[in-house]
Amino acid sequence: MARMKFLCDAERCINCNACTTACKNEHDVPWGINRRRVVTLNEGKPGERSISVACMHCSDAPCIAVCPVDCIYQTEQGVVLHNKDLCIGCGYCFYACPFGAPQYPQASNFGSRGKMDKCTFCSGGPETSHRPEEVSKGGYGRNRLAEGKLPLCAEMCSTKALLAGDGDEVSNIYRERALVRGFGSGAWGWGQAYQMKSGS
Amino acid sequence: MQAATRRKPTAFGRILVLLGALLLPLALTASGTAETPEGLPPTMGPPQGNLLMSGNQAEMWRAVRMGISGRVSILDEKAGTLVQSGGEDLRAFRNGPLSSGGGWLLLASVLVVSAFFAYRGRIKIDRGKSGRTVERFTGFERLIHWVMACSFIVLALTGLNMLYGKHVLLPLLGPVAFAELTQLGKYSHNYIAFAFMASVAVMFVMWVSHNLPDRLDVQWLAKGGGLFAKGVHPPAKKFNAGQKVIFWAVVLGGFSIAFSGICLLLPFEIHPFAATFKILNLVGFALPTDLSPLQETQLALLWHGIMALLLIAVIIGHIYIGSLGMQGALAAVTSGQVDENWAREHHSLWLAEHRGEKVGGDD
Ligand code: HEM
Repeated sequence: MARMKFLCDAERCINCNACTTACKNEHDVPWGINRRRVVTLNEGKPGERSISVACMHCSDAPCIAVCPVDCIYQTEQGVVLHNKDLCIGCGYCFYACPFGAPQYPQASNFGSRGKMDKCTFCSGGPETSHRPEEVSKGGYGRNRLAEGKLPLCAEMCSTKALLAGDGDEVSNIYRERALVRGFGSGAWGWGQAYQMKSGS
Repeated sequence: MQAATRRKPTAFGRILVLLGALLLPLALTASGTAETPEGLPPTMGPPQGNLLMSGNQAEMWRAVRMGISGRVSILDEKAGTLVQSGGEDLRAFRNGPLSSGGGWLLLASVLVVSAFFAYRGRIKIDRGKSGRTVERFTGFERLIHWVMACSFIVLALTGLNMLYGKHVLLPLLGPVAFAELTQLGKYSHNYIAFAFMASVAVMFVMWVSHNLPDRLDVQWLAKGGGLFAKGVHPPAKKFNAGQKVIFWAVVLGGFSIAFSGICLLLPFEIHPFAATFKILNLVGFALPTDLSPLQETQLALLWHGIMALLLIAVIIGHIYIGSLGMQGALAAVTSGQVDENWAREHHSLWLAEHRGEKVGGDD
């Protein structure tokens, strides 16, 4: 089965934030929460680069390891999902995540920050299937994967900087690209996300 | 999408590609093929713009791995950090040494107490109960003790549940009931914390003057507090050396736990570790002093766990000796009235003082 991965090509990202916007719109992501964001490095200087970043759906994901209620899990396709009904809003997953992906409705930890929210690789939550009436059930957003579609952020990306899909295909595209243009700064974040223990 | 991209290039496209092929080698200093082969889909080939690869780039990516921040159009500054590696350290330590070490520590504490019970049994009042009692703790003192004790036990159980619950209770209760319980536990932990903090502060003021170390303590400790032999009762005032150790463990440990707990209630707001590490570095440590708010919070979580487990291990001993382990001790914090013979054996100087007798043996 395909192992889903994201890849952002820093040589192509133009910081247009369409991915962020598409994601917010597709999933009705509440105000204050961004499942995807674009970070610009060396802004205004030679060598400026932008990177679109969200949950990378890590192999051996640290968030799963530290969650006290075991509400985060990984699907067969490598997508890291969580069950909002079980989440207690402790914030540990944010502390552990290398990419700052988990988000909460409240900043403080008094009592609870509310249910964690993060990128679902456009595959909904534990209860959502592809049926239209379940599209927004539980606040996970749409399940595009079940409809045979890839994450909207990558599909929308005008420069094809952001790639999403079967990890092997994604890395093939990137490798060919780097070969053709003669350089590439490496598949950003992949070492962190996918090469830890179990890999694949 | 694929169909569209495989279209044959138009004449205009060909000119563009040609132009690109002519111009790009000028712009690129890096070696390698720069021209776009014909018929390549737009997912391939060189993108637009200034693509000078310099040594800086490699340096920039290294800096990213080290956790530098960029600009992001979100109000939350932390979102500017692309990768943070502190999370891996947090996970490795919390799920590793903290969990396993803490588990062994608690087990060791229970084992030591059991071994002591097996060896010594319940420590009896040597002369038996006299039937006359004397007030050891006032109502207020007892109130503070129990506010602290109850809040501590709730905090300890709910805290341990955060750390170990998914391995212990989750398989028993199932995910839904366990999550509900843990949520309730989290609310309790976060609010009952204030009762604990208040009781530590009051107890400190109330009892500090009785807990300053003095020469009697050396004597008491030299005799093992009389714990290991029948009929040995080194003199002690209101608190003996063992109780003083508990007092300071609770005050200092409690303060440290409370402070790190507040750092967790207000995550990213309080930054005590960089300042502490700066001081520690003066005496030969080499700890990082440039910590991000996230790293401060990660350290607070680990420190909170370490201190909590240590204090729980100590308190297990305290609870044992104050209840099952010693006849007549529990009354001090329940009715407040202890038997005179108990007081004479364990707190001889305090008893004498309490009755207005002249006290000797101490300076
Ligand atoms: C005195 C004030 C205290 C405050 C403000 C406090 C606060 C917190 C907070 C905010 C957390 C993070 C989880 C959550 O959001 O609920 C936590 C975890 C924890 N607390 Fe406390 N706490 C306090 C006292 C204690 C005491 C007295 C103990 C034990 C004797 C304790 C043991 C723990 C443990 C074991 C954890 C879990 C650590 C982990 O999961 O790594 N806490 N505490």
